[in-house]
Amino acid sequence: MVDLSVTVGGVRMANPIMPASGSIAEGIADVVDLGKLGAIVLKTITPDIRQGVKPPRVVEYTDATLFSIGIPSKGPDYLLNHTVPFFARFGPPVIASISADTAEDFGNLAKYISDPRIAAIEANISCPNLRAHGRAFGMDPVAAAEVIKAMKGNTHLPVWAKLTPNVGDIAEIARAVEDAGADAVVTANAILGMAINAETMMPRLGNVVGGLTGPAVKPVILRMVNQCAEAVKIPVIGCGGISTGEDIIEYMLAGAAAVQIGTMNFVHTAAMEQSIDWVADYCTRKNIARVAELTGALQLPVDQKSEQRDAVAL
Amino acid sequence: MTLTATAKVEGPSGCFPRAENRCLVASNEPMNSEYRLMVVNAPETGLSAYAGQFFHLLCPATATEQPFLRRPMSIYRIDRENGQLGFLYKVTGKGTCALASLAPGDELNATGPLGVGFSIPEGTRHVAMIARGVGLATLAPLARMATVNGAKITAILSARAPEFLMSRDELEAAGAAVIEVNDVAGNSSPQDVTNRLRDIHEKTPIDFMATCGSNRLLSLTRELCSEWNIPGQVAVEAFMGCGLGMCFACVVPVRDAEGKEEMKRVCYDGPVFGVNEVTTW
Repeated sequence: MVDLSVTVGGVRMANPIMPASGSIAEGIADVVDLGKLGAIVLKTITPDIRQGVKPPRVVEYTDATLFSIGIPSKGPDYLLNHTVPFFARFGPPVIASISADTAEDFGNLAKYISDPRIAAIEANISCPNLRAHGRAFGMDPVAAAEVIKAMKGNTHLPVWAKLTPNVGDIAEIARAVEDAGADAVVTANAILGMAINAETMMPRLGNVVGGLTGPAVKPVILRMVNQCAEAVKIPVIGCGGISTGEDIIEYMLAGAAAVQIGTMNFVHTAAMEQSIDWVADYCTRKNIARVAELTGALQLPVDQKSEQRDAVAL
Repeated sequence: MTLTATAKVEGPSGCFPRAENRCLVASNEPMNSEYRLMVVNAPETGLSAYAGQFFHLLCPATATEQPFLRRPMSIYRIDRENGQLGFLYKVTGKGTCALASLAPGDELNATGPLGVGFSIPEGTRHVAMIARGVGLATLAPLARMATVNGAKITAILSARAPEFLMSRDELEAAGAAVIEVNDVAGNSSPQDVTNRLRDIHEKTPIDFMATCGSNRLLSLTRELCSEWNIPGQVAVEAFMGCGLGMCFACVVPVRDAEGKEEMKRVCYDGPVFGVNEVTTW
């Protein structure tokens, strides 16, 4: 019997598989047995009530989507009175996700939702910092650290920093949030993109730019997970284009302690449940007693254990 | 080859009201130059569908297309007796093109039934449905719903030309009185349809209206509902991400009774809304 349990960023889970923030809502419970998941990560909320951006909100590619939703939020009271009770009854730890316009607001919101039914809070630092001309907190190590410090100073709950991939050196951001007290990093949010309709000569998204997610982004984020895992001691949670159990193994080998499945929940609601079974079978087949052993177990050929992996001159 | 009605399909998955139904295609034939009808043998969960709900269909990969997202498809026929569902669809983009490639015996992965469909208020005596375009498909199961509830149903079917009129047999079999209008005959203008409805209402008062497929038909439905002080519903169409209310891509502005607007999900809060709640179908 394989031990699938992991302890990640202060949260003990029955298995390393959870949904990415924003990829599930109440409707998933009509199709999926949420009790089987490692954790249940909720959609990001903001301190205020937001409607989100103007449609159209999604563009489709062969194996990716470009979404711009704009974090519609019903605010913290709705979260505590409706969303948390709805998901807490299934059993797995519930992870809240928050975003705000300033580091101070992140701290206040973390304090407001610190509730025994919530196991950890994920900081969605990919949103614009209104004190820095709209530049995302996660694009700047100082701003990212300020958010985490503000949250850690205001809650006893573990804080996970969900990094943005839209940076030159993601390891630098990972180190900054680790130093600020983050209990885990989630690598990563969506890759910024844009789509244009040649016929109408207009953007395909109401918000003009959006975030690319789905299987196509896996190689990019897998590389970033590997870089983060080498840079920090806190656990790295892999999130980028995962659709199968095999993808999960790859992420864990690259250094992830757990993973999140996002876009694939929109296409195959069974993706999370099926990949849990696949990972268990893989471990049995490979004679791996504990799934946690896979984290960072990537086997590099001896001559590739050099700094040549840092070379970007391809 | 046509599969028999009793062809074995995978059973329902426990107590979940919605599922990724693995259906078997029984037939997938053109109805006219634009629309095709696909009939599938569906498991029990799929057959629990009711009028106005939809399925999110996984489109097969073809030599030229591989749609990533599923495609929402309203339900044209719910045949519990024979264990079948019918989808009437227009081949317009790569998703529907891929669906058109399915042959009898192929599997169709259909998540559903999804969304909130039509609800005919208790005590309704006479339902009027006004459909055009895809609405001819979406509204078809409403006739059965009305007759089961003991209501009479009058269906006005509108199209560009007579060859694009569909559903007459389906609706008459369900007990509907069918009136067909089309642009070529010149009897499909909103004014003509309104006049027809007024005549019908005078003889047998209409106490519930449903529409789908045209903004002009939605407008006239809203006006008549308001004038006659009766409820009316519209099925809204949208490009969707997930179909389960999770991604928030398919939102439309929805007005409440006080006129306050909120973005709501077509897939989860709809696709059926009150005629006064939405401005476009």
